[in-house]
Formats: sequence, structure tokens, C-alpha cells
Amino acid sequence: METKLHGWHVANAARMVDFGGWDMPVQYATGPREEHVRVREAAGLFDIDHMGRLSITGPGAVDFLQRVQTWDVTRIAPGRAHYSMLLNESGGVMDDIFVYHRNDPRAWLLVVNASNTRKDTAWLKENAAGYEVTIRDLGADTCLVALQGPEAKAILQPLVGDTDLSTLGFHHVVECSVSGSPSTLCTSGYTGEPGYEILLPAKGCETLWNGLLKAGESRRLIPCGLGARDSLRAEACLPLYGNEIDEETDPVSAGLARAAVRLEGHDFIGRKALAAIALSHARRLLVGFEMRDGGVPRHGYTIVRDGRTVGKVTTGLFSPTTGKYLGMGYVEPLLAAPGNEIEIVIRDARKPARIVERPFYTSPHWR
Amino acid sequence: MEYRVDEKVRYAKTHEWVRIEGAEAVIGISDHAQDKLSDVVFVELPAVGATLVAGNSCMVIESVKAAEEVFAPVTGIVTGRNEKLDKNPELVNKDPFGEGWLLRVKLSKPAEAEGLMDPGAYRKFMETV
Repeated sequence: METKLHGWHVANAARMVDFGGWDMPVQYATGPREEHVRVREAAGLFDIDHMGRLSITGPGAVDFLQRVQTWDVTRIAPGRAHYSMLLNESGGVMDDIFVYHRNDPRAWLLVVNASNTRKDTAWLKENAAGYEVTIRDLGADTCLVALQGPEAKAILQPLVGDTDLSTLGFHHVVECSVSGSPSTLCTSGYTGEPGYEILLPAKGCETLWNGLLKAGESRRLIPCGLGARDSLRAEACLPLYGNEIDEETDPVSAGLARAAVRLEGHDFIGRKALAAIALSHARRLLVGFEMRDGGVPRHGYTIVRDGRTVGKVTTGLFSPTTGKYLGMGYVEPLLAAPGNEIEIVIRDARKPARIVERPFYTSPHWR
Repeated sequence: MEYRVDEKVRYAKTHEWVRIEGAEAVIGISDHAQDKLSDVVFVELPAVGATLVAGNSCMVIESVKAAEEVFAPVTGIVTGRNEKLDKNPELVNKDPFGEGWLLRVKLSKPAEAEGLMDPGAYRKFMETV
């Protein structure tokens, strides 16, 4: 599949890769390392149009959402967004999502992972029986992009008319015009930096994309690919579906329960299983670790301690911001405390590593 | 994309280059190879004294994408390593024919290099891949 900006990427020397069935730019000529640094220091523009977005409307929307996702949506005021999850009956993560409460109290928007859009849509529709809701895929009518980095606000402000971006806190949602086109803006992202995820109208989106790039030129804005997106989210220890979480993983073991789940106030699918998991001893816990020497730990590598396999790497990278080789992975709970020594098996050799606090990086640019 | 081709070296089909200096040779990867790798983040060099066999995997370069094997373009014994790559692996991207060199070897079969492509042949070869 191709996003609405696919032609632009190809015309602008992007290197394209398959990502969950989408032909996406992994990097531009600048290279992923510089793209990463640019988002930390200035700003980057990402095509995230592959991500799914489903509008949930109707008088039964709140009851429906309370049943199918893990956050208590009565706690999400209009104009706010929250991280959440869809769980299966066993408490495994079907997807991690964002729930937008648009200013009209009956208009909700779910932003879901690209690779899970089809599965989520089918599952939501299946569970919508008995609720007065309409589930509509907004993929064709809109284009989703992310403007991220400390300069994002200064770049966007001149384009949004009367909307005062400095009044928006983290995870706020606002309907506004971007260069005259009706858009939905959320102060969110997947890079660990302040920024915006912007739902533009599909019609004219390439012009808007070019307009954003032009507006940000003097502030060193560049387009960034999935390579930088992955290293940025990994430094901030934001989970990637398929790496840190999947249907075999529960939000407690992943350390995401506090961020994504409210057990109280609603009876969601997977709640019973999750409550039991929360009370029992976890089999494994997600940790962050730092390699003592060079070498990139990668997804699927084995974690050992005293010659015994104790876990698996979920994500690894050379971190441009810290200059370290870092990773995340699941280990036995007794080993999960920061300071513990582990080893990562890289090409048949055991390389020493140490468990460290997460996240690896916290932006100094949050106000 | 126009890749740089160094005129003073010979090339293997796996995009390594060899510069003969008397009984020794310097080995690296081509501009084409470094570009395909994307940003290099770690270079795992063999020890001095290690034996390289032409055509066999002799070391690994890790990029942001993956760990890629480097194939020895000639047979020989490692006599030197580019230690700068330990702290600055990106030199492989920035200057693949210069500061981004990988290994220095004492050639066991000096005639072997004759079998590698000259710059002209390598240019033509790149058009086919």
C-alpha cells in the first residue's frame, strides 16, 4: 500500500522499505542519523499516513469505548487525548492506540498501528453489536503527518491562524486550520520531543506537506523516515507493537499498565485477566539495558546471565543522542532491577550489558 | 545515484576494495557499499594476526539497519586495523576510500588481486546491480 505522500517520497530520493504492507520512506538522502539529531535539536516532518484512524460516533460511543479499550474515557475531557490499548480476553495486547476526544463530545477518534488497522477494525465492529455506534475509517479522507522537535511550535504557529499553540499542553486535541485547510491537531508524537500529529484533509495534502517544509526551512526542518522514527522512539523507550508488545504480552509485564490502563470505572475486554495478572507474580518484565562495549543488540537476540538464558531483546540501537549502544528486552523479574549485569548474545559471543533506568532520554525541551 | 570510484584500487563483486602497497594491501568497502548499508554504527574488526581467505566472511559492519558481513577480497594475514573506527564508525560512510579503511593485510597470494575488477570494470558492474 502507498500513503498519499508516496509520490513525493519517491521524487525526493527517499529510500523505500516495506513496513507492515506499506511502502514507506526509511530515510532520505540526509541519512537516519542526521534525521534523528535534527528532531532532537530542531524539527523533523514524518509521513505517518500509514497509521490507522477510526472515528467512533453515535450515542453509544462512550459505552462502546469503555468496553473495547483500557482507559476510562470518561476521564478524557473534550479536547484531550490519551494512550490506551485493545486487549484480548487473556489480557494480551491486540494493539496500543491513541484515543482522541474531539471537541464535539460525541466525536472520538482512535489512532491505531498501521499493521493492526485491519485486525482492529474487524474486532471493533465485531464487538460493536448492541451499541449505537458508527465506526468509520478516516484513512481515505485524511492524511496524517507528524511535526516533531523543539522548533515544531515556532514552525507551525504562523500557519494555524488564531489558534494559540502555546495554550496547548501535552496530549491536547484541537480543531484548527493549517494553511487554510480544516485539520485536527494533537500535541503528541513518537519521538520523545514536543510536537504535533496533524490530521490534514487528503485533498491537497502534498501541498500542505510542502508548505510545512517550506515554513520550517529556516528552522532546519527536514523530512525524516522510519529509521529515525524508530531510533527516536527507542531512546524515549516508547514501545513498538511487534517488538515490546504483542498478543502474547500484557501491559503489566511491559510496564505500560499505568500509562494505558484504568481498571476502575469500566469493564473492558481483558479486564478480568489483567486484574489477575496484576495481582500475580510476572513471569518476565521489560527492562532497558546499556552495552558495556560496542555492538548493536537487536530484536530477538538472547539475554543470558551466568550462562543461562534469562530473556530476549525486543529493541536495540546505537543511540545518537547518548552515544551508547542501548536496548530493551524482557528478563526474569528477579533480574529486572537497574544495576544488574546481564549478557547479550551477539553473533555467538556474549557481550556484557547492564540494566539501566528507562527512559534512556528525556527531552529538555518540555516546558 | 552516482557513486564515487577510487581509481587506485581494485574491487570485488561484493563491493570491497583493495589497494596494493608492496607485499601488503589495504582493504575497505566501496562508496556504493557504504551507501547501501546506510549509517554505520559499529565495526567489528578481526584481530591482528587473523587469517583472511579470499571470498570468505572476515568481519561485520553494523549499520542502523542490520549487521552485514564483509568478505575478504584477498587472502592474507591481518597486520593492521583502523582503530579510529572504534570511536568513529561513521568514517566508513564519510570517507570509504580514505579514513574509513578497514584492515591492512600481508598478502599470501599476491597474484590474487589481478582477478579483481579494475575501476572501469567496477563502474560497469555497478550498473548491473
